[in-house]
Amino acid sequence: MTLKQTLSLLAGLIVASPVALAEPEVPVNLPKFKEGQYVHHAPTVEDLKNDDSINPELKKVILKGRDMFMNTQQFRGKYVFNDLNCKSCHLGEGRMNWSAPIWPAATTLPDYRGKNHHVNSLEERIAGCFSFSMNGKPPAYGSDDMLAMVAYHQWLAKGAPVYEKNIGGRGFSHLGREAPEKLDFERGKAVYQENCAICHGENGQGQRKDGEVVFPPLWGDGSYNWGAGMTRVFTAASFIKNNMPLGKPGSLSDEEAWQVANFINSHERPQDPRYTGDVKETREKYMNFHKYTNYGTVVNGTLLGDHDNTGTKPFLKPDVLRPRTFE
Amino acid sequence: MNSFLHVTLAAVLAMAATSASAAESGNPDRGATLATQGDGSGAPCTACHGADGAGNNAGGFPRLAGLDADYLFKQMVDMNAGKRTSPVMQPNIDNFDEQQLRDLAAYYAGMPVPKTSTATSVDASVMAMGSKLVNEGDWDNYVPPCSTCHGPGNHGVGHVFPAIAGQHPNYIRSQLQAWQNNQRNNDPNQLMTAIAERLSQEQIDAVAAYLGSQNATNP
Repeated sequence: MTLKQTLSLLAGLIVASPVALAEPEVPVNLPKFKEGQYVHHAPTVEDLKNDDSINPELKKVILKGRDMFMNTQQFRGKYVFNDLNCKSCHLGEGRMNWSAPIWPAATTLPDYRGKNHHVNSLEERIAGCFSFSMNGKPPAYGSDDMLAMVAYHQWLAKGAPVYEKNIGGRGFSHLGREAPEKLDFERGKAVYQENCAICHGENGQGQRKDGEVVFPPLWGDGSYNWGAGMTRVFTAASFIKNNMPLGKPGSLSDEEAWQVANFINSHERPQDPRYTGDVKETREKYMNFHKYTNYGTVVNGTLLGDHDNTGTKPFLKPDVLRPRTFE
Repeated sequence: MNSFLHVTLAAVLAMAATSASAAESGNPDRGATLATQGDGSGAPCTACHGADGAGNNAGGFPRLAGLDADYLFKQMVDMNAGKRTSPVMQPNIDNFDEQQLRDLAAYYAGMPVPKTSTATSVDASVMAMGSKLVNEGDWDNYVPPCSTCHGPGNHGVGHVFPAIAGQHPNYIRSQLQAWQNNQRNNDPNQLMTAIAERLSQEQIDAVAAYLGSQNATNP
């Protein structure tokens, strides 16, 4: 870490603690950044408004992208076929470390991705989120909507070094990929009922008010599909550990986070868009991904993912999901 | 035999479910009477919360009309149990039994929401700070926007997250301070404690002023 980064980190901590004198009852317990990691402080909307170096037209487009990100449900039935918004998983406007901040996609792509075995662009990465996490169909490459999303990502990355990969608070993986404990459905259910059900409902259905989703569904047709990164138990575990319950990051033990992640991801959800027509075959074909999910495994006597249900989405796979060969 | 048993069992279960819900739901007409009579040892509800349940800002008495019945019931139970400290309120409800508290909750929940909001004379900069905190939050200090839990327009969600838009600023301020000072410990999972204790006094004033200025009802 450079001196400048250290100072700005310290400044951030001071600003962030107006009531720092008394020991908080509910502390914000986030992991420590590792030595040598790049720690980014993504700009705020206020920064954008005050930044004279950014063309007013670009500001408009960035804010359009932000609006799409915060209220993705405005595209329900067009790009999105479940109850989620981008901000449902990328908390804090996509800016926050430990909450899968979205700006690294702008500084680390194009790059090879193991999920689809080829070099991906930023647009393609965003398309992945729409196809899996939003159970939808992405805005067309090069379209105004896609450009607006790209602009929002890239602006959030302002000042970050291109191709720096050692990034503090990136993604959802700090608990590692392998569950340290034996995962038990009933144990996860107990953690869920104690900590999650009050907002997300006894049956993971979430809660709506006045037609708007307030607390997103965690399984079922309104949630992410079987191809979403969040179906991987380790991804959900790290997300939960550092972000849930909302406002109480780090309040669950690692073990509780793993157990409840496994419980949530042991329920049905819309089909993986890569489905071949056979769940076992699909699991085998994408084993590098599904070895971390419960898809195609038997939980409580039911083979998960053994269905043709695509939720409210009237198709299985958006055309945009296709291999690249560069030949 | 088997199907007969099923039908009988289903009928018994249905009856049990009906009688259980009857015992749990309040009677708003009885609640109306109780609200004007009081519990025998203190002031009647209407003395502070008004005949229309609108409360008032000067006394810091909250609007009750149209709030969720289960939420109202829980608050009164928690006050009597000491989980929510209110020296003003508690002596007025400590003689009510559980059914009477449910009746009162049902009465106030069924009242029309007053359309008014509470305007306060604060600087535009205070209102701007309140608007930003309420609508965008302060994520760098891990304060999400209020509507994340209190719902669209901050009109409340379900039994747990009350409507706060249009609520009186003095009441909102006193409650946020009560969470900070351990006078209020009845929020499920400490979800509100976490947020309240991260707010500065200045931010509390701003949030209270802004929320008070918002419409309690949908436009």
